[in-house]
Amino acid sequence: MIHYDKVTKVYNGGQHAVEDINLSVESGEFVSFVGHSGAGKTTLLKMLFAEVEPTEGAIYFGSRDVSTLSNKELLQLRRKIGTIFQDFRLLPTKTIYENIAFALEVAGKSDDDIKADVPHVLELVGILDKMWSFPGELSGGEQQRVAIARAIVNQPDVLIADEPTGNLDPINTHDVVEILKKINDLGTTVLLATHNKSIVDFVGRRVVTMDQGRIVRDDKMGKYIL
Amino acid sequence: MSFWLNIKRVARYGFIGFIRNGFVSLSAVLIMTITLFVVSGLIIFGAALKSTLNQLTDKVDVNVYFVTDATDEQILDMTKMLEALPEVASVSYLSRDEALAQFRERHKNDQLTIQALDELNDNPLGASLEVRAKETSQYESIAKFLEAQQAQGTTIGKSIDKVNFYQNKTAIDRLSSIIETSKRLGAIIAIVLALATILISLNTVRLAIYTSRNEIGVMNIVGASKWYVRGPFMVAGVLYGVISGIVVLILLYPITLYISPALERFLGTFNAFSYYTENFAFIFLTVIGSGIALGALSSFLAVRRYLSS
Repeated sequence: MIHYDKVTKVYNGGQHAVEDINLSVESGEFVSFVGHSGAGKTTLLKMLFAEVEPTEGAIYFGSRDVSTLSNKELLQLRRKIGTIFQDFRLLPTKTIYENIAFALEVAGKSDDDIKADVPHVLELVGILDKMWSFPGELSGGEQQRVAIARAIVNQPDVLIADEPTGNLDPINTHDVVEILKKINDLGTTVLLATHNKSIVDFVGRRVVTMDQGRIVRDDKMGKYIL
Repeated sequence: MSFWLNIKRVARYGFIGFIRNGFVSLSAVLIMTITLFVVSGLIIFGAALKSTLNQLTDKVDVNVYFVTDATDEQILDMTKMLEALPEVASVSYLSRDEALAQFRERHKNDQLTIQALDELNDNPLGASLEVRAKETSQYESIAKFLEAQQAQGTTIGKSIDKVNFYQNKTAIDRLSSIIETSKRLGAIIAIVLALATILISLNTVRLAIYTSRNEIGVMNIVGASKWYVRGPFMVAGVLYGVISGIVVLILLYPITLYISPALERFLGTFNAFSYYTENFAFIFLTVIGSGIALGALSSFLAVRRYLSS
């Protein structure tokens, strides 16, 4: 479903972020990417939704090379990929309801569908009672749940989670990982980048270990080993 | 997706954004109010300058005085020839009797002159033509034409007693240069002021949107099209423009009313208040139109910066 073909990314400063990556991910997999800061995890994930372009090589989503997509096709691709970040990236001047609704509007849903879907997905992540609050009024854990709700509301094929627990306490971390597993169980491919040993071990699925821009291990049913 | 549904959503987010970012909106509206105030000030200043210059120009003319025995036919021919010149705007005739009546009127308190006039049996004054040119700079060529007639010694030329252009030449030249300079200076001041205030407005809106730059990035990643991201900001920009425009139009009413008497003493017949009320439609369209254009353009440019990534 996702295939990285000899992908290298060199940033302007000449620094190699990722080098000669070959990697395939099947539909429905849960893949954890581990490695030190600067190992290239984030760059690798950002290239999938074309926020970063590879210097060499190609990334295939299905049968399409992501870098050859037109603007319109790229927007459609992004609607098939849900994203969660360490810093949540919610829209601060919109309510929780509007934050989720925005992703649905962008995907062309009708007002009636939006009214039905938003409470449903907020209930799924356990913060239905905060629907009319603003992001600034929520705790970190709650904000990350909103981000997850926004990422999954369009039923994406892939969910990318880049250090989703970096700003969370252990209890919230555990809850977020539980939610990610649940989403994966429902059939969505999950790509998780993290430093957190305990969550990788808890998930217990495929682990890709990166170091200095290269993949150094790729274990089915792996553990966090560095 | 339906086009109108998108328009509706963009408009709604624009309004909501305008209200929720109240403080930012307020400062943008204030700055744009100043900009539009300068724009409307320039319109009124331009009209005042034009009216004053027109008044001055109207005062300039060249008079052709005929000898006392010039015939009506000669005068009529002269009039026709002058009217045929492209530089001439109008020619008006003053008969001998009218000249005498004007002379008496002008000197009615001067007994000695009136007595001297009474002692003459005949009217000593000749008829004259008052010639107005389209531009003050054209009087010289009209005077040259008349001189040429005199020099050729045609019957018409002989009927001319004198042309008063050279007596007035210095004054006319000076006035011409004052008018030219004022026009040029007025245009330069207008352009500089307009540019400066437009730049300030652009920058203010850019700062307003700078606070939303992360938001724009997030919208990009969620898969929003460029127009869907840009739209609400442009709606807010248009709102800044419309609100500032209305504030300016309301403020202009008491301001022009207040400054009119002082301005009128200074500039002669130009009345700022009646100019404002009589040309309200024009001023309204210009002020609101520039507000909308400025707001939308500023937002468009500002968002473009953060959309590129």
